[in-house]
Amino acid sequence: MSDTPVDADEVRHVAELARVDLDEDEVEEFAAQFADILGYFDALDEVPEVDREDELVNVMRPDEVRDGLTQEEALSNAAETEDGFFKGPRVS
Amino acid sequence: MSLNAFITKETLDGADDGPLSGKTVAVKDNISTEGLRTTCGSAMLEDYVPPYDATVVELLKDAGATIVGKANMDEFGMGTTTETSAFGPTKNPVDESRVPGGSSGGSAAAVAAGEADLALGTDTGGSIRCPAAFCGVVGIKPTYGLVSRYGLVAYANSLEQIGPIAPTVEDAAALLDVIAGPDDRDGTTRNAGADSNYAAAADGDVEGLTIGVPTEFVEGADEGVEEAFWAALDELEAQGAEYREVSMPSVEKAVAAYYVIAMSEASSNLARFDGVRYGKSGGYDGNWNEAFARAREEGFGSEVKRRILLGTYALSAGYHDKYYAKAQDARAWVKQDFDEAFEDVDVVASPTMPVPPFELGESLDDPLQMYLADANTVPVNLANLPAISVPAGETDGLPVGLQLIGPKFGEETIVRAASAVEN
Repeated sequence: MSDTPVDADEVRHVAELARVDLDEDEVEEFAAQFADILGYFDALDEVPEVDREDELVNVMRPDEVRDGLTQEEALSNAAETEDGFFKGPRVS
Repeated sequence: MSLNAFITKETLDGADDGPLSGKTVAVKDNISTEGLRTTCGSAMLEDYVPPYDATVVELLKDAGATIVGKANMDEFGMGTTTETSAFGPTKNPVDESRVPGGSSGGSAAAVAAGEADLALGTDTGGSIRCPAAFCGVVGIKPTYGLVSRYGLVAYANSLEQIGPIAPTVEDAAALLDVIAGPDDRDGTTRNAGADSNYAAAADGDVEGLTIGVPTEFVEGADEGVEEAFWAALDELEAQGAEYREVSMPSVEKAVAAYYVIAMSEASSNLARFDGVRYGKSGGYDGNWNEAFARAREEGFGSEVKRRILLGTYALSAGYHDKYYAKAQDARAWVKQDFDEAFEDVDVVASPTMPVPPFELGESLDDPLQMYLADANTVPVNLANLPAISVPAGETDGLPVGLQLIGPKFGEETIVRAASAVEN
């Protein structure tokens, strides 16, 4: 069992952060499963500090203009469009 | 009865001439095909038609291959059985009461059943090697950066690679030759593989090859799997290779590290599915948060929701250091263990899967048990290394896979070693 408590409220909170609606059965099921899974993840507490020798370097290139999707192609999978724009739900 | 290996069956012809002319190829349904529905095994994308080809699909067409359909898969690649597909499970052609493995189960089943000569899969934590092992075919997870991911619908970018599935090592290597190489549309690709001839390495010559066997990879395996594994190593020894046990203590933390990292990346990558630009719409009632949450409730299956939520949790304030940061430490530790092993041996060997193929429905209720089945495959993705699964006998009539892991860009070495297993 995890030293991190996971209850139904916690599952609802994370689901809200992730923008995923859940029904009550799913909340209960996930709470039980998350306790198991997060308990297993606690094994990571025993991982030693490791020197990472990799020197990471950003790989850059100059911006260059090239052909992309047409507006029609870009909109072709949208549920609804209006005047050549995506149509989304209202923001508040 | 159909195996349900394909989500969409449609033929796309390639160029008239090329190294793959006359070959039929199944393409996993998370790889974009212009004008041909690409669902990722998800209800979210059941009507999504990409307006462009993935780089690997362009390369297949240029090489003369005929694409025969989009192969079934666990939803967004999240599963080890192909049962989380919104389009129903694929059956294992060897035993139709069993799963084909996953997540590239449709790809492996299609090849094993002869419904395609070759297939492309993707491997984030074993998703090519597991179904190859369970269906008795060959699968290669290339070194990270060998094959372009442009046009692959992302699940966990830092871990995943596209790779080949085929009936023989030589055929798999020949397909890898076609898709390997740098691509300016994927900044993580490297020059390795540009002029490869991996197929030529399938010469079966293992004289003098040293094989390391980490005890951690063999302990706890099913008895029949273990017997087949040691029999394969004895056979390689008879052909001139030698093997020795090595110790890699880090791999005992690999499953936890892998799932924390993969779920964290998934929670971020799958944030794009809000039903506005593509995918199932949540309608227009209420505000955008409500509409997005509704689209994602309807469009995603349980396993995808589970991983998005756990990833969100692992990255959230207060838990980031405990889970995500520690998982990155574990990833560095796994890499270090492999680096040390490759100072003494040419390849590292293990059973690909510690168990024979599950029965359909057996593992769905207990996600953690399913994750633990990936114990031998996920360390390879954490360390960015190449690995191959090659058939190595049977247990109770079910296929067993031998996994051979090579050093970074050591594809020729694992192809050569695996081809000797076929002798």
